[in-house]
Amino acid sequence: MVEFIKQPWPWYIAGPLIGLTVPTLLILGNKSFGISSSLRHICASCMPANIPFFKYDWKKEVWNLFFVFGIFLGGAIAINLLSNPNPIEVNPKLASELAGYGITNYNNLVPEDIMNWQSLFTLKGFLLMVVGGFLVGFGTRYAGGCTSGHAIMGLSNLQLPSLIATICFMIGGFIMANLILPIILSL
Amino acid sequence: MQQNIDTEKDLQLREFDAMCVNESRLGHKWYHNLKYLIVGILFGVVFVKAEVVSWFRIQEMFRLQSFHMYGIIGSAVVVGMISVFLIKKFDIKTVYGEKIAFHPKKFSKGQIYGGLIFGLGWAVTGACPGPLFAQIGTGATVIAVTLLSAIAGTWVYGFLREKLPH
Repeated sequence: MVEFIKQPWPWYIAGPLIGLTVPTLLILGNKSFGISSSLRHICASCMPANIPFFKYDWKKEVWNLFFVFGIFLGGAIAINLLSNPNPIEVNPKLASELAGYGITNYNNLVPEDIMNWQSLFTLKGFLLMVVGGFLVGFGTRYAGGCTSGHAIMGLSNLQLPSLIATICFMIGGFIMANLILPIILSL
Repeated sequence: MQQNIDTEKDLQLREFDAMCVNESRLGHKWYHNLKYLIVGILFGVVFVKAEVVSWFRIQEMFRLQSFHMYGIIGSAVVVGMISVFLIKKFDIKTVYGEKIAFHPKKFSKGQIYGGLIFGLGWAVTGACPGPLFAQIGTGATVIAVTLLSAIAGTWVYGFLREKLPH
């Protein structure tokens, strides 16, 4: 059983489990599933700076911070207790493309060759981690949600704005992965 | 009564530009939030075990080299849709007996501009906000910088909000 759990889980197990988060949070306490809002609550609690967007009672949304702290702990538990000892298997086409950029280490979920503390201070690392993170935080809030809030919760509730947002997430991702990222990785 | 009006205003403000909002009007002791911690832990385990938080899986998705991520998001949405339908149809209540509330979201240009910006960030970091927390949990400590940067991005959005097209 434990051996079975340690293998990477197929999509048809993981997807429905992620989908079940929607009714679980609703039934546990009327909470709409979403993760990027946690970033806003952190701003509201740590540095509201008199900005109207951050002036609300963030303590009423503290459940969201418990939830994301749980995600952090879940990551730690999965990697330490249920970890798959083998490197991640990727499409050979991707592997050969990435090898061209010197990315050959598949031992972690994050590519260690390009995302580590030393590379943070190079232009490539700065673009990947600092600029990338900024785009995630800025874009999700501007769009009003991320993959969880729009693509999963919003689509589950048949919201057209969420469909528009999800399509735009995908367009942005295709542009970056196929047109811009190759340039960044060549730096 | 005054109290009620303020509560209403505060909910509206919290709902502002957020898909995810706490609809509950009930007040609880802090330890009631531990159940969300547990849901988060289970969620984080699924994230890591299904490699949703893997930068490589995101690269495959945006190069159409693997069905994995599409299968996960697609089946999650189907399960979510059925769940929401059943909750509405049978008027299922929360564990506290409260009615479950859904609010329609209004269209804004932010969903286009912000969506595109987030998409760019998603493909470069290989993570949406949830996976950032899980990646740090797996020991990729440098991703804490990415998370801080995402918080900074959210803050800058709040700062510039009035000047941006919506």
